[in-house]
Amino acid sequence: MDLRLLSERPSAEERSAVDALLGSPERGDGRVAVGGHAVRARRHLLLPALHALQDAAGAITRGGVAYISERLSIPPTDVFGVASFYELFEVDGPGGVTERPCDDIACMGRGVAPVGAGTHVEPSACLGQCDRGPAVLRHEPGRGYTVRTGGAIGGPIHQPRSQLRLLRRVGAVDPTSLDAYLDSGGFEALAKAKAMGGEAVIAELEASGLRGRGGAAFPVGRKWDGVRRAAGDKVVIANGDESEPGTFKDRVVMEDDPFAVVEALALFGFVTGAKEGFIYVRGEYPTAAARLEAAVAAAGERGLLDLAIEVRRGAGAYICGEETALFASIEGFRGEPRQKPPFPNEAGVFGRPTGINNIETLVTVLEVLRIGGATFAELGTEGSTGPKLFCVSGDVDRPGVYEVEFGATGRDLLDLAGGVAAGRALGAVLFGGAAGVFGGDDALDVPLTFEDTRAARLTIGAGALIVFDDTTDFEPVVERIARFFSDESCGQCVPCRVGTVRQGESLQRMFSNPASTPLEVRLLGDLAKAMDDSSICGLGRTASLAVRSAIDLGLVGAAHG
Amino acid sequence: MADLTLTIDGGTVTVPEGSTILDAVRSVGGDLPTLCHGPTLEPANVCRVCMVEVEGAGALVPSCSRVVDEGMVVHTDTDRARHSRTVVMELLASSADLERVDDRFSAWMEDHGADPARFTGATIEGRPAKVHDDLYVRDYARCILCYRCVDACGEQHQNTFAITVAGRGFDAHISTEFDVALPDSACVYCGNCIAVCPTGALEGKIAWDMKEAGTWDIDRQEVTRTVCSYCGVGCNLDIHTQEGAIVDVTSPEDHDVTLGNLCIKGRFGWSFVVSVDE
Ligand SMILES: Cc1cc2nc3c(=O)[nH]c(=O)nc-3n(C[C@H](O)[C@H](O)[C@H](O)COP(=O)(O)O)c2cc1C
Ligand code: SF4
Ligand code: SF4
Ligand code: SF4
Ligand code: FES
Ligand code: FES
Repeated sequence: MDLRLLSERPSAEERSAVDALLGSPERGDGRVAVGGHAVRARRHLLLPALHALQDAAGAITRGGVAYISERLSIPPTDVFGVASFYELFEVDGPGGVTERPCDDIACMGRGVAPVGAGTHVEPSACLGQCDRGPAVLRHEPGRGYTVRTGGAIGGPIHQPRSQLRLLRRVGAVDPTSLDAYLDSGGFEALAKAKAMGGEAVIAELEASGLRGRGGAAFPVGRKWDGVRRAAGDKVVIANGDESEPGTFKDRVVMEDDPFAVVEALALFGFVTGAKEGFIYVRGEYPTAAARLEAAVAAAGERGLLDLAIEVRRGAGAYICGEETALFASIEGFRGEPRQKPPFPNEAGVFGRPTGINNIETLVTVLEVLRIGGATFAELGTEGSTGPKLFCVSGDVDRPGVYEVEFGATGRDLLDLAGGVAAGRALGAVLFGGAAGVFGGDDALDVPLTFEDTRAARLTIGAGALIVFDDTTDFEPVVERIARFFSDESCGQCVPCRVGTVRQGESLQRMFSNPASTPLEVRLLGDLAKAMDDSSICGLGRTASLAVRSAIDLGLVGAAHG
Repeated sequence: MADLTLTIDGGTVTVPEGSTILDAVRSVGGDLPTLCHGPTLEPANVCRVCMVEVEGAGALVPSCSRVVDEGMVVHTDTDRARHSRTVVMELLASSADLERVDDRFSAWMEDHGADPARFTGATIEGRPAKVHDDLYVRDYARCILCYRCVDACGEQHQNTFAITVAGRGFDAHISTEFDVALPDSACVYCGNCIAVCPTGALEGKIAWDMKEAGTWDIDRQEVTRTVCSYCGVGCNLDIHTQEGAIVDVTSPEDHDVTLGNLCIKGRFGWSFVVSVDE
């Protein structure tokens, strides 16, 4: 394959930003790029290279694309296709400063944050700062990303520290100091694991009953065992893409306890036999990415890691949290989910057996090792063991991350967060974020366990509780949720690509013409069935949940339903 | 290879290992709608018009790509499967111009009683066609994003990578880099993307012009098989003529070497003749 390149050339800044990542060019210029197998094997550097361009120019320019194509031996059309997939890449954009104020549902009650004059403004879905919103993500060429919020980095912890297991270091131990981490029990779990051996660790995990915290609740022991038994050159991944509206717990952990993430991933690698690991961090979390990079470097220098860990920054795509889309993203392709089977432990990233867990899941594994699987299993309920992080946001007095044992109810969490703000009455709670379910006051008494929420047709999802008071107009909230899904659909499969758009349109018609409600409700039901049944991935399969529950609860469409 | 036995709509079917559910359905004379599935391409798995119910699977499964397991129990005609296929057809037809889609697909829409008018809203219908040269037209108002052209242009057939899927969600579309005109892209005008396009979104210029003018009439056309004389490879050519004039050149898909592919000379060489003659 000969590449035909664009005729535009990169600026000096673009060239040096890409060279800083890829090394200086060996050979090759003009309109035909040369490069054999070795160069093409670097396809996975495409996303970091696009970040380098965006950081240098504030946009993805034609000259920049030509340069990446040449350096990585990737056809320019492919580079363009990948760049145009991600929200944070301003393809052919004006350059300069971009500001992205959050206009999503947990911040709605607080308005949209002001943006700087003369900047390019792109309103954004939830930025994962709902505990201290309204938030703005700013990008400035040469200076990268910064987040402006109403509060401090990390998470203010509103609970007595003695109650905390997962969050015990947050705000108490310097997240930039390896020594501070070691002094607070850091790397003891990894040492213990090495002493007992991988099989024994899996036995502890199985005894613990720990299930994944990223939404699918898959048993962790079984997953790790599957990867351990797989043959081949394995990879382990920490999923820090956290983009579900109303969810920010993984950010708090990554920002304020980054060494714990690194230790847990190293442990995952030790048990499964993987020698390579990735931490995939949401592009909107610059502080988390920087602290994790520093933690990986510090732990590596101290000889604490047998696992080669790379921190990868996402670039604005909720779908890249879906595991197969995340693999595609790391490989340098568009973040499009793949049909399963094959499952990750058979053929994951680069076609290699892959283990992937959520950030919270991984740091919870450290707690299993610390106290032992059997003791861990005594925490929580029989079907849902251990501690769990919940993100409480919206109209409450003290939004934040709360750590409770499984079995706590929504009301317990609401009480921890100081109750509905300003002493108002409750309107509704959205359990699980945009891919979740609305519940009313009675739902607050359901223990938030996997088994009880399933029975009550609620969901835990990744642990978001977004609280709305009784003055809330739910129509814009529900429309924003519908728009979230049509904005974030990867566009691959028809039920989701077109279905999510039709869902939003149907709601708009229903809200502007209440007489059409019965008709639209039927249409929404027909759509939902097809999206649930025929979408490739969980995005399309959950895109109608919140909308339907809002209608069922009478939050919208009630008068004429 | 071992044979596997499965149940389809109550009947027992035996197929070689590695067969898809669609292969199994077709092996006993049945059929299902398909769009993104191309006989010469790997399944793209994206259009979801071929969904069936498999006992034990949570969601419906794409019959075009799901490989048969021993003892699998498949239902192709349940209300649930038909509902999903119907809605997907309706969504497609409400969002793009399907007027020139493959005849078999129109028949399926009728069979399912699909009523696209139920879903009005955003559509790409009416977008102007991209006519950049005399060889072929990209009429993307008809594009259903089946990925077939991208796969054919890229690593599965042509290895040229002139086109890609760009954007995301409903804005996703087929594009060259920065949407440059085709002559400025890497395109070598092999036309192999035209050969795989199921919707008429990609079409030879002459055929497209005739369809626009309403003069394209398949009943008055003849197809003559010949061997391309431009080089020594010896590709088969099907020359389509209408009233003595060449209107299109294709290549048989079932040819085990060329798989329906050609190069610019075989596919478009004749059109220079036509333009000169005119
Ligand atoms: C649309 C979508 C988005 C997702 N986003 C995330 C995410 O941001 N973080 C995460 O850990 N899992 C996410 N998941 C779930 C992952 O696919 C996967 O199940 C999870 O990372 C496994 O980790 P766990 O077993 O520890 O929960 C998402 C799934 C879907 C369908
Ligand atoms: S369900 Fe949506 S996000 Fe998932 S693959 Fe299909 S189009 Fe993409
Ligand atoms: S004509 Fe050939 S090279 Fe051009 S876009 Fe189509 S498949 Fe690719
Ligand atoms: S142009 Fe044709 S082949 Fe290409 S994606 Fe669209 S419908 Fe499919
Ligand atoms: S940061 Fe605004 S909704 Fe989450
Ligand atoms: S034909 Fe099976 S998904 Fe398109």
